[in-house]
Amino acid sequence: MSNTQYAIRNTIVGGLWKENPVFRLLLGMCPTLAVTAAVKPALTMGLCVVFVLVCSNIVVSLMRNLLKPHLRILMFTLTIATFVTIADLLLKAFQPEMSAKLGPYIPLIIVNCIIICRAESCASKNGLVISIVDGLAMGAGFTVALCVLAAIREILATGAVMEINVMPQSFIPWAAMSMPVGAFITLGLVLGLINKISTKK
Amino acid sequence: MDTFTTLLMAFISIVIINNLVLTKFLGICPYLGVSGRIDMAFGMGLAVTFVVTLSGTLTWLIDHMILMRMDLEVTRYVCFILVIAGAVQLVEMYIRKFFPSLYDSFGIFLPLITTNCAILGLCLFINLWGVDNLPEAAVLSFGAGIGFTLAICIMAGIRENLNLADVPKCLRGAPITLITAGLLTLAFMGFAGMIK
Repeated sequence: MSNTQYAIRNTIVGGLWKENPVFRLLLGMCPTLAVTAAVKPALTMGLCVVFVLVCSNIVVSLMRNLLKPHLRILMFTLTIATFVTIADLLLKAFQPEMSAKLGPYIPLIIVNCIIICRAESCASKNGLVISIVDGLAMGAGFTVALCVLAAIREILATGAVMEINVMPQSFIPWAAMSMPVGAFITLGLVLGLINKISTKK
Repeated sequence: MDTFTTLLMAFISIVIINNLVLTKFLGICPYLGVSGRIDMAFGMGLAVTFVVTLSGTLTWLIDHMILMRMDLEVTRYVCFILVIAGAVQLVEMYIRKFFPSLYDSFGIFLPLITTNCAILGLCLFINLWGVDNLPEAAVLSFGAGIGFTLAICIMAGIRENLNLADVPKCLRGAPITLITAGLLTLAFMGFAGMIK
């Protein structure tokens, strides 16, 4: 395996498990808690983050040699804000219902720490290919984490996932799981479980 | 008198009923990161209160006086984030000049207020709720800061005692903090429906 291929493989494994932004680095907690009441909004949110992450990684990687250190963060933020505006307008045009449901959490991607963290620690140091792969892997890790949490909460809150019933008739829905309480406690317990699994190895 | 009642209601509602941290999940990062000691938490709360009051009022003004009049709503997010970054810079300079010891103890968390979602979130919520007068926008911004301070101080108080508790090993650190936060939101849910 050549050096680049090895680096790419490392990035992908890192994004999905070893450095999973939600479960390992605890980044981007606000959308993680806010949009995971059901799978559909969680998936939409995940895809928007992938789009913004990849685009901003590309731009940051291309202009990394022109940046002055003290203006770096400001330029990152402006780049991200531009792409988030694009994502928000696209969503408003093609998925108006979902856009209304997610409300301010789409523009809040601007201050999602994952994106600025990847721009700072990966895209501003690496070439174009690695940056794109990193954006995809980190975004995928984020989306998967969001969907796992959303699936747990949606099943317990309504007994169904994406309108497909999975629980027996006698199941009594836990309304609390779709409320803020459910978000905090599910994430806490899942994090505990992941700690348990990773310390066993 | 009538306006006074409206403002008071808006203040109470943003502090306890629609608390940004506990019901809207905004500002979770500093909420988990800086809530280890109660004095740090209080200082962080005050800094955020200052920045959020300043930037909430300013973004409302910019939104209504410039962007809406010139049909530039597309650039709203970019303008908002610039205002917030500017306000944080101002606070940072002020604290470094007049309270150097506080400045040292904050370290990296001070510039990180820029990426605190509570602040941008509040500016967006003010826009979403269609607040149409300046006093209400200012009261909401100030109340959001107070609400954040309240939530982070309660959390810090609990966590100081949690250090003495015997928590299962895999739940130590972030997981138990999240579960505690969950129980705290359960308590705050009791306020829901108190106004409107």
